[in-house]
Amino acid sequence: MLRVDVSKQLGDFFIEAAFASEGRVTGLFGVSGAGKTSLVNMIAGLLRPDRGSIAVDGETLDDTAARLHVPAHRRRIGYVFQEARLFPHLDIRHNLDYGRRMNRLAHDPAHQARIVDMLDIVTLLDRRPGKLSGGERQRVALGRALLTRPRLLLLDEPLGSLDEERKAEILPYLIRLRDEAKVPMVYVSHDADEMRQLATQVVLLKRGRITAFGGAEVLPPSSC
Amino acid sequence: MTGTFDLSPAEMTAILLSLRVALVATLVATPLGIAAAWLLARRAFWGKPVVDALIHLPLVLPPVVTGYLLLLSFGRRGLIGGWVADHLGIVFAFRWTGAALACGIMAFPLLVRPIRLSIEAVDRRLEQAAATLGAPPWRVFASVTLPLALPGVLAGMVLGFAKAIGEFGATITFVSNIPGETQTIASAVYSLIQTPDGDAAALRLVVVSVVIAMAALIASEFFARRATRRLHGS
Repeated sequence: MLRVDVSKQLGDFFIEAAFASEGRVTGLFGVSGAGKTSLVNMIAGLLRPDRGSIAVDGETLDDTAARLHVPAHRRRIGYVFQEARLFPHLDIRHNLDYGRRMNRLAHDPAHQARIVDMLDIVTLLDRRPGKLSGGERQRVALGRALLTRPRLLLLDEPLGSLDEERKAEILPYLIRLRDEAKVPMVYVSHDADEMRQLATQVVLLKRGRITAFGGAEVLPPSSC
Repeated sequence: MTGTFDLSPAEMTAILLSLRVALVATLVATPLGIAAAWLLARRAFWGKPVVDALIHLPLVLPPVVTGYLLLLSFGRRGLIGGWVADHLGIVFAFRWTGAALACGIMAFPLLVRPIRLSIEAVDRRLEQAAATLGAPPWRVFASVTLPLALPGVLAGMVLGFAKAIGEFGATITFVSNIPGETQTIASAVYSLIQTPDGDAAALRLVVVSVVIAMAALIASEFFARRATRRLHGS
């Protein structure tokens, strides 16, 4: 359960958005510049709203009226960015283990093996991020976020920097993630087809405002 | 047969003292330099230009002025020097510790600069990613920012060390030129070239300084090159 009701001025751009979603995958849909990333950054705690509140599973993470702002590192919200943002000085194994160390979680080899297996990254473990393809990097970023055992996973155009072929390579992993890992997700994209395949609820965002909310039927007709 | 390049015990004393002074100055200045570099690279605060200027002041002031200011403030009767001597038992005036202090302050701007640049070069988006993975700010710094900036830190340390070992003006003004206590390579050379028949000894120390400085500069370049490799993740 994700409840968002925020506004924020960013230079000339004003975002005002309110929605509540029960969906397993909440799709944030809109053209680039619609304010999707800013909204997701607010949910992650990287950006502070000027006004409003954010709550996940009944826990309030932001409430400007009560001057409450839980910092990003205490939110237990995973974030997969458009560019994978893997740590270049760590090999893949240590990138994956980073969240566990920072959250002081116990070693759980079974959990790790399951995720490594689901994402097909076992052969990459000893490599450095610089030696990976874009699609491989994005799979590792997914695994890294999942291994922190987040209560919500934010995916900001995770396929955005990939070509069509790579997109087709990653999409099945995201569908598996939705159906197997059972972590609620917020999925950001400007691609209606992607949305249709993944999202169970859709928030339509236009110039910083929500113009529609509902099922996949609120999406514009397919481009192809 | 004694060659012209056999160092006398007095020359050895000056070389070892220089190494000790420069090493202590660098080791004490490094954590402070990292903190200053991080503040300048990552924080916006009131009076930042003034702090920046203060750090760089020793680079542009005549060294004799810096030395005199140190004498006034860190001397036995100076405001800070008196307090430190009474409460911590550390005396700077006319001691090797004072030489280390003078060298540390003179080397500080050279130490801070590469560290600051390398911290600025660290992608802040990686720091954000670390925060979303549960790392509190100081652990983000320790596990992402500092390791990625490490080659710059080493380059700054080497450069600071090289500056410290060659420092002359501020040191001789603050702690004088006492053989075995405050006479570094630089002040020994200064004494020797004013002594009849001191030329050969001065030349030997000059060669030693050139070798140390060259080694430091090459090492610094080496670390800078590793920095770029590390940031590209291969």
